Amino acid sequence: MSTLMQFLVYGLQLGSVYALLALGYTMVYGIVGMINFAHGDFLMIGALSTFFIAQLFSQIYAASGSYPALVVLVIILIAMVGTGFIGVGVEAIAYRPLRNRPKMSALITAVGVSMFLENFPRALPFIGPSPRSFPALFPSIKFNLSGVMISTTQIIMIALSLIFMLILYNVVNKTKIGMQMRAVSMDKNAAQLMGINVNQVISITFFIGAALAASSGIFYASIYPQVDVYMGSWLGTKSFIAAVIGGIGDIRGAMLGGFIMGITEILATSINSNLGYAIGFVILILILLFKPAGIMGKLTIDKV
Amino acid sequence: MKAIIRKILPLLGVVALYFLLMYLKSIKVMNAYHIQVLMFAGVNIMMTVSLNIVNGFTGQFCIGHAGFMSLGAYGASIVTTLIFGGYHVAENLRIPVFLLGLLVGGIVAGFVGLLIGIPTLKLKGDYLAIVTLAFGEIVRATLRLIEPIGAARGMIGIPAYTNFAWVLFFVVVTLILARNFIYSRYGRACLAIRDNEIAADSMGVNTSKYKIISFVFAAFIAGIAGGLYAHIMSFVQPDTFSFVKSSDYLVYLYAGGTGSLTGSILGALVLTVLPEALRAFGNLTNWRIVIYAVILVVIMLYRPLGICGGKELPFLKINRKSLYEKNFFGRNKDRKPEMPELSER
Repeated sequence: MSTLMQFLVYGLQLGSVYALLALGYTMVYGIVGMINFAHGDFLMIGALSTFFIAQLFSQIYAASGSYPALVVLVIILIAMVGTGFIGVGVEAIAYRPLRNRPKMSALITAVGVSMFLENFPRALPFIGPSPRSFPALFPSIKFNLSGVMISTTQIIMIALSLIFMLILYNVVNKTKIGMQMRAVSMDKNAAQLMGINVNQVISITFFIGAALAASSGIFYASIYPQVDVYMGSWLGTKSFIAAVIGGIGDIRGAMLGGFIMGITEILATSINSNLGYAIGFVILILILLFKPAGIMGKLTIDKV
Repeated sequence: MKAIIRKILPLLGVVALYFLLMYLKSIKVMNAYHIQVLMFAGVNIMMTVSLNIVNGFTGQFCIGHAGFMSLGAYGASIVTTLIFGGYHVAENLRIPVFLLGLLVGGIVAGFVGLLIGIPTLKLKGDYLAIVTLAFGEIVRATLRLIEPIGAARGMIGIPAYTNFAWVLFFVVVTLILARNFIYSRYGRACLAIRDNEIAADSMGVNTSKYKIISFVFAAFIAGIAGGLYAHIMSFVQPDTFSFVKSSDYLVYLYAGGTGSLTGSILGALVLTVLPEALRAFGNLTNWRIVIYAVILVVIMLYRPLGICGGKELPFLKINRKSLYEKNFFGRNKDRKPEMPELSER
């Protein structure tokens, strides 16, 4: 029983990474209607930039090996905002001109952008392909709750990601910009006629998505402290699948899908590591066969 | 007479190309490495043409094509290496064993294409793309589990049966098959599905059937290409056929141009040879994939149909005028039937 609980803790921590990343996929899909294959690379940019920012700060603050909480918050915020602006830039340069073109072009462009974002830092001499060890941003004190080991890092990251999700959910459902987002996702042209600045809404969506991806990158690197330029690609694929399982385009679905993916992956990995890798894809195919729009997604009907 | 010349001339051109390259090799202008790059280019052409049949001509979206390739590579290698013992095959049996291996690889890939095609081709667009991606990854994870074929370490000691002549032969056969497929009744149905699935459905085209046919056909070609690839490398590993490889083929296809066999040839050839050529500029090595990515994005932004989207070299078309005249007893002679222009969907 305690082993199962332990796996559940690991599943939750991985699931929160997936869920945060899946939110970006699902928001972009919901609003622009494209799969942003480069989204996973925002995670990598977030983690990598945190690494470098933390290195800058370490000369001043982390002489003792740990960072004060306020500094950690500042580092995370800088990384998130920076990655957010990179997301906005990517959208403005690569995706905006293709918005009214066929879906295929946007998808291929996204593959190209993803290749660029992975290999540009790799080609830069001061970053390079070699993995780096991520600094310990959060304090790591381990507790033993009747056989279940849980560390403060895990508690902080799960709590923070739940807070982020809650904020996002409320932003989308309760605020003016959220209402604009929902309007654009329903009908872009009608939204424009109602006086909504569609470009601005899409930019903001990309900003939020990329910032969340950066935060999930920081959390991921905090529990598996290694960052390299390719970390985003397979994490991206998995959380994208999480978004589809939950029903792409639906925010609650992305969270649910993320946690389902995380927990099943950890449980399957405990049996066999290859199984852990493949289980997400198997679940995906099974769910799509029986519920073609995902758990929470709504099927759209083709009109002639 | 003219028609026969038109048919034979390109084939003669291919033979001439072969002898030219062999001559260049014999006078040491080209070395074995150059020839090997060209062999990979040939395999990539086959893969790109196969992907083009699904993505470019039928308008589906497969992003896990390397999965079919890996099935073909493993299928062929199992036949030649595990069943017939690789290098221990008698000299005069090597070619039949090799061809048998390729055939088995193709059939395995085609059969799996059918298996996943039947349930998933009911899905559309993005969802289909996701399922094909998942398929590729499941194949890879499964191959990593099977111990007799080397699991994650991969399979070694595959005899290097593939030579340049075989690659050239299979590329030509693939092109002829693909061309004939596209200009047949099946191909027209596929084009109709691409251009408007609902309209095609209401005109009586059995869309699911034709989608599956094109999927299986493409998977079969991809399987054979995989078999050739395995017998060039003499080594296969599951991780070779990851999403990275699938996206390589997407790049070749969309840079060259969808809906065009010429584009597939050009895209695969140029983008396989170019990185190798850029290798000569030592310190550019790290930058070549970056350049690659930029090229792809720029092509998509300024020429979304690719370099030769919808256009075709003459010998990759079939002139149907004569056929058409026969059917219409000479009426409407000036109405030339043509391939529907590729329009942006």
